[in-house]
Amino acid sequence: MNKLIAYEAKNTPIHRLSGFTKLVFFLLWCITSAMTFDTRVLGIMVLAGAVILIISRTEWRQVSKVFGAVLFFMTLNLLCIFLFAPYQGCEIYGQRTELFHIAGNYTMTREQLFYELNVMLKYFTVVPTIMIFLVTTDPSELAASVNRVGVPYSIAYSLAIALRYIPDVQEDFHRIRNAQQARGIEMAGGHASLLNRIQRTASIIFPLLFSTMERIDVISNAMELRGFGKHRRRTWYAARPLSAADIAVLICAVLFTAAAFAVTFMDGSRFYYPW
Amino acid sequence: MIKKFGIREVVAIGIGTALFVVLTEVMIPLVIVPNTALQPRMAIMAFLSAVFGPIVGGVVGLLGHALGDAMFYGSIWWSWVIPEAIVGVGIGLFAPRFKVMSGGFDGKACVLFNIVQVIANAVAWIICAPILDILIYKEPANKVFAQGLWAFIGDIVIIGILGSILMFAYSKVTGSSSTLKKEG
Amino acid sequence: MGPSGSGKSTLAHCINALIPCSIPGDITGELTVAGLHPQEAGVAGMAKKVGTVLQDTDGQFIGLTVGEDLAFALENDMVPHEEMHRRVAEVADTVQLTPFLDDPPGALSGGQKQRVSMGGVLVDDVEILVFDEPLANLDPATGKSTIELIDRLCRERHTTVLIVEHRLEDVLHCDVDRIIVVGEGRIVCDLAPDALLCGDTLERQGIREPLYLTAVKHAMGTTGSIRPEDHPQHIDTMNLEPYRSAVTEWYQKMPERTASAKGDPLLEVRNLTFRYDAFSRTVLKQVSCTICRGELVSLVGKNGAGKSTLASLICGFYKIQPGCGSILLDGRDISPLSIMERGERIGLVMQNPNQMISKPMIMEEVGLGLTVRGMPEEEVHTRTEQALKICGLYPYRHWPIGALSFGQKKRVTIASILVMEPELLILDEPTAGQDYRHYTEIMEFLKQLHDQTGLTMLMITHDMHLMLEYTDRVLVLADGELLKDTKPSDVLTDPATAAAACLKETSLYALALRCGIDDPAAFTERFIQYERSIGHQHGWQT
Repeated sequence: MNKLIAYEAKNTPIHRLSGFTKLVFFLLWCITSAMTFDTRVLGIMVLAGAVILIISRTEWRQVSKVFGAVLFFMTLNLLCIFLFAPYQGCEIYGQRTELFHIAGNYTMTREQLFYELNVMLKYFTVVPTIMIFLVTTDPSELAASVNRVGVPYSIAYSLAIALRYIPDVQEDFHRIRNAQQARGIEMAGGHASLLNRIQRTASIIFPLLFSTMERIDVISNAMELRGFGKHRRRTWYAARPLSAADIAVLICAVLFTAAAFAVTFMDGSRFYYPW
Repeated sequence: MIKKFGIREVVAIGIGTALFVVLTEVMIPLVIVPNTALQPRMAIMAFLSAVFGPIVGGVVGLLGHALGDAMFYGSIWWSWVIPEAIVGVGIGLFAPRFKVMSGGFDGKACVLFNIVQVIANAVAWIICAPILDILIYKEPANKVFAQGLWAFIGDIVIIGILGSILMFAYSKVTGSSSTLKKEG
Repeated sequence: MGPSGSGKSTLAHCINALIPCSIPGDITGELTVAGLHPQEAGVAGMAKKVGTVLQDTDGQFIGLTVGEDLAFALENDMVPHEEMHRRVAEVADTVQLTPFLDDPPGALSGGQKQRVSMGGVLVDDVEILVFDEPLANLDPATGKSTIELIDRLCRERHTTVLIVEHRLEDVLHCDVDRIIVVGEGRIVCDLAPDALLCGDTLERQGIREPLYLTAVKHAMGTTGSIRPEDHPQHIDTMNLEPYRSAVTEWYQKMPERTASAKGDPLLEVRNLTFRYDAFSRTVLKQVSCTICRGELVSLVGKNGAGKSTLASLICGFYKIQPGCGSILLDGRDISPLSIMERGERIGLVMQNPNQMISKPMIMEEVGLGLTVRGMPEEEVHTRTEQALKICGLYPYRHWPIGALSFGQKKRVTIASILVMEPELLILDEPTAGQDYRHYTEIMEFLKQLHDQTGLTMLMITHDMHLMLEYTDRVLVLADGELLKDTKPSDVLTDPATAAAACLKETSLYALALRCGIDDPAAFTERFIQYERSIGHQHGWQT
């Protein structure tokens, strides 16, 4: 079975925060990270992320697998940027300081390195917060939090259903894949043509899709029988009231975002270049 | 034109998202270059959009992509999540015309489905995704457009073939069959 | 109760207003439930008065944890946080789930999930409880405790309980006031259980009567019938005085069961030990067994005992670690064979046919396993037609699968395995959730298939009747160990083994004891022998 990154109950200050706080923090963090290209802001965010990761007592085994995946994609992306546009940094910062020649049209510049460093930092600002968010937020609380952020409760509840049924659907999928493989339908491998491979994939996905559609009917009936959607609002069993710590974190997050924006856009450009 | 948003739709989003996330692990490699594999989960989203309409399609794309990426790869590329939702909404807008549930998904509906999906994918991957990549990461234009084009091709292939197969099959399985006769 | 398609579930859905509010239809006449008209009150309105527990325990467990699921109806009613937690705690206590409040559904057994579903409707203080086939997915022992819980709720809360079910003997474990039999959309009768059990309505409607009554009726022959005043509702309290001598005489008169000759060993499992990874518990411990050619064997045990794991290992879905035992097919170790190679010799039929069917047309689906192996089209065609004929599906060969009934779909999946001409067929819960008519249809088909082709079959099952009536040998797994390898009648007349496997002893056992027969197992054997010789009332029809 594929081990996904998942919530683990622990008693740390981060775990004790309400899901609402963590969600707001996470969203502000993502927006800030997306907007800014200021190395100082990004640096502080990376450090803060690392500190929170430590406070939340997140263990390496919980995140090692996805961390590998992130590093892989990031490296690939950074390489691609250089291959496609070796002087993107020079364009952004309006300078060109050559460091060394590589081959043909490819010369490494300080601006390019600095630009790619910033892109890398952007990854490292978001990745830890996603991990922290996933491993410290009780999925039960998530839907309630999403609803409190202002998303209609029907959509918020969809999220709860998704989290509830991911393990079930995954189990079904593996069972179906095994049984179909025994019949000789394999998804991977072989020297088959693309069309043939897609057809075989269809033969495995179709039973899964079909039984999933049946499941939608059963769950809809069960929810209707228990009064879902009766009122314009609903309360949540798993919701947690905001504590003083929550409010402090929320205020800090908003202040930090404002400060980050101020620092970033103070000089009229979102790009910071010290030289 | 847009169907009423009821409990079935809420459940369809939830279960659809679960299905989308689970199928994140299924890839059909095109060439040896990594990160260019066809993603069958796209076809699932297209199917759900075509059956349940734009809201279900859009939200499954958004939630499914964000959750799937976060849980499998530990990162969320918002610039790729939003275009996914656009494809879902685009296909979903024409849901009543496909008649998948009533067994009416025929050649004509299939042609329309594919026209719609190509346009929706073009808007999403050739226009929206590169622009977001440039806005967020200030990535080089030629790189992001090349990436977008690649994603566009991958998507129209997988949705065009796998999506159509699934819809034909589903439509046939659930459709009415009053003219059947036993044969000796 | 009533046969499938009789309208019993439709009637239940009218009471909770799913019909016509969610499932459209035409309604004439009048229906009043707890003073309300369901059509006007709507599904949500009726839910305040009528609590409905559905058959699919996974489908109706919507919450991420037990507590959330119990709270679901309260959440929708905007009950404040503190009151909600208080009421959930109360209900959890009633259905004995307090220690599990924070557990996800994946950590619960089928019976516990069933109790969550009950709790989920009880939070609303309903006046009427409707159970739609509550026992369908439960093993016999859990079914028994479920019925006891329903009975307790009914007494303590003065709730009206309506149970839609076809497992009559299991329901009758506790006292039932009335039984309404529905047939072809009409009420056939509305009687006290004792009166109903003495008539022939059940037989005519294709509902299985309790086994001990069948045995008594066989023993009496045409000389008499069971009288309501002897309270045939429970075997323990029934007045057996008038029948005892007939039963004893019948027992002595019946021939002993002859064991069928065994073939050569086909599948041998040797000292198999397995766990999923180094951190998890051992699922199978030193399991050894042999299945011979032409045998029909059942594999039983409670959830998590290792039945599915054993089947998965035989099919090659998991690898056996070196030194942890071996599996031999025809005397050869099959560990080097891939899943696909094993698939040609060992066929696996999943429980839910919809999880196996991947093509919309029958011919395509059945031939798929051969097509993907690159067999020439003509040969695929011939072998597909042959498999369809064996499975009685030939007249439907050009139909889309959507037009078939559940039982027919099941046969399609069996046909799609048979085309590969396997030597061993593994069936996972072939009759789970089926009513007696479908159960008989599927099992008689399998029996006929077995008699015709001599195919070796291994059935994973909870169904006591299935193992008793159709299989010659039963393997009992408990906590990963092979507890018994014996005749089905031995297991079902041995309370200790039955309990370990989450089964319960058959009522024939109690009947034999109460009639003073010293060997209940032999009595059970002879009964089954006799049943087989006279054939089933509802034979397999295409």
